[in-house]
Amino acid sequence: MVNPDFIINILAPSLLEGLQMTIKLIMYSAPTGLGIGIIIASGRVYGNWLLSRFCRLYIVFFRGTPLLIQLFILYYGFPTIGISFSPFTAATLGFILCSSAYHAEYIRGAIQSIKSGQILAAQSLGMSKMSAIVNIVLPQALRRAAPGCSNEIIYLIKYTSLAFMVTCIELTGAGKIVASRYFEYTAVFLAVGAIYLVMVSAATHIFHNLERKFAIPGIE
Amino acid sequence: MMIITGIVYEALPFLLQGAVTTISLVVSALFFGFIIGLPLAIGQVYGCLWVKKIINIYVWFFRGLPVLVLLFLFYYGLFSITGLNISAFLSAVLVLGLRSAAYQSQIFRGSIQSISEGQLMAASALGMNKLKAVWNIILPQALRLSIPGWSNEYPAMLTESSITYAIGVTEVLTRGSFIASRTYQPMPIYLTCAVIFLFLSYLGLKMLHILEIKFKIPGFE
Amino acid sequence: MEQNKELILEIKDIHKSYNGKAVLKGISFNVFKGETKVIIGPSGMGKSTLLRCINQLTVPDKGSVWLKGQEITHRDAKNINKLRQKIGFVFQDFNLFDHLTAVGNVEIALIKVKGMKKQEARNKAIFELKKVGLEKQASLYPAELSGGQKQRVSIARAFAMEPEIMLFDEPTSALDPELIGEVLSVMKELANEGVTMIVVSHEMGFAQTVADEILFLDGGKLLEAGPPEKIFCEPKYKRTKKFLSTLNELYGNVEGNKR
Repeated sequence: MVNPDFIINILAPSLLEGLQMTIKLIMYSAPTGLGIGIIIASGRVYGNWLLSRFCRLYIVFFRGTPLLIQLFILYYGFPTIGISFSPFTAATLGFILCSSAYHAEYIRGAIQSIKSGQILAAQSLGMSKMSAIVNIVLPQALRRAAPGCSNEIIYLIKYTSLAFMVTCIELTGAGKIVASRYFEYTAVFLAVGAIYLVMVSAATHIFHNLERKFAIPGIE
Repeated sequence: MMIITGIVYEALPFLLQGAVTTISLVVSALFFGFIIGLPLAIGQVYGCLWVKKIINIYVWFFRGLPVLVLLFLFYYGLFSITGLNISAFLSAVLVLGLRSAAYQSQIFRGSIQSISEGQLMAASALGMNKLKAVWNIILPQALRLSIPGWSNEYPAMLTESSITYAIGVTEVLTRGSFIASRTYQPMPIYLTCAVIFLFLSYLGLKMLHILEIKFKIPGFE
Repeated sequence: MEQNKELILEIKDIHKSYNGKAVLKGISFNVFKGETKVIIGPSGMGKSTLLRCINQLTVPDKGSVWLKGQEITHRDAKNINKLRQKIGFVFQDFNLFDHLTAVGNVEIALIKVKGMKKQEARNKAIFELKKVGLEKQASLYPAELSGGQKQRVSIARAFAMEPEIMLFDEPTSALDPELIGEVLSVMKELANEGVTMIVVSHEMGFAQTVADEILFLDGGKLLEAGPPEKIFCEPKYKRTKKFLSTLNELYGNVEGNKR
């Protein structure tokens, strides 16, 4: 069996350090990804021909290609044209771009499900189109998109493990380093997996409560 | 520019070989996931309490862990303990398949639950036992209802399959990174890989769409 | 007509076509302060389009609209938003903002458009809800209100902006019969207070008691206009007569509705 000394003195400190990086990655990329997703979705629905086209391509590209390739392009590709990112920046950027595309697709669907009368009514009261989108359409659309967006953030939590592939040492990376040094793969990755399970379950619980808290009769 | 075009042109056959690996991986894993996922769904709806509990834990586990962690855990950990010398490709099929089974079971479960109780009662009234009724009456309907949801599993699996790079499966991205490090031209090579994935995704969705139309029955959408 | 009264709205030669089909073929009329005009006519003949052309939710192909001497047509986006505040609009299907409570619906434009302070807007919104008899429902969401209550909130929402004129686009036609009365009585009250309004409606009882003038819109043109007595009792045109008799069959005798 696994030596308790190994767990307390070697595994736990490394995983804890990796976990901090994982949380930092999530905290930086989840809100930004959602914010950009809202902008891309609005541009897709309300933008002029060019903007709408651009947003559509953005969504297709970042949803249709593997996140890992996007990370490789950012981390290994961009330096060859003179733009270098640190591992953390490359990973965060990649997570933001990819998750924003998924958010945008959920939010676009939600925006399009809202009756056109809502904007007409806002305009009849003297609101500009921009103000109608921000004050009337988005609060409704975001509630409808909430289950999809929550799911996307839970995916993001798991996908932060790919940061390790561009040498940003987070939870999975920290585990991998310890595991190969001490040849304890099963125990280490069970421990790593347990930490992800806790994060994912906690996030599921939190989002579920948030959705309930912000629920409004008639909007689902 | 000329040099870059030349590199991409030379790398293409090598990368497309990787595409064949990617497709075999994706199709095998989806198939394996289907074989495991369908019984899981049936067990979750019709099974006794402890069967349901075990399946719930299975689903929770495989949906809660990152693909990368699962690959490391099984390939370097659990599979190597068995001493069976399971290849990276087979490990990838098994891990992605087991994981997909967890997701697929939820799609099937939703469809099964959406079919009315009356169908099962009508089957019992004709003298079918429960197993026969589920197999002959419920599943044909549930599977058709599952096609749209199931279609989403394909692009998800396709993009995830690239993560098997981490255990050295020679799919598109692994080959891409090999050429990228040899030619020092990562940008065009990885972009080519991205285009290959976009193409595979487009192709697969087209085929699934044809499948969807072929199995259409009036009254099912 | 009443030349001594202040001219609120001038509508000059409005044209509008959809896909080559002319819906409005040159509509002109004036509305004076305190007047209530009721527009009637066969459905699908451009009554709603005409109302929407007035506040530019639909842009007319030709013609102009003037509010107190200011042109509304041919404006850029920013100016039109300012002018729309002065024209209250009540929709057939209410269009209440689904994510806001009744009071939220009334106060949002006060805050976001008029720039009122939150507390001030809240007080004003409650005051307007009281006027339509809904202060008890202030914190309910649209999904929790009946159709009649929704329409009363939407009237309060438009009226809270203190518009120069109120436009009603078939305000009762989406309502169950037993809920129509509560909305009409709110509208009657507004008319009696001297609010200027244009109403598209087939509620003949309302038209007879409240309208200063009835406009009969048919075939994209104003076929006939006049006080209710004249339109109902001695219409000039056959088509007007025919339309009114169809309404009679549908809603009972127009004469008999007189209160």
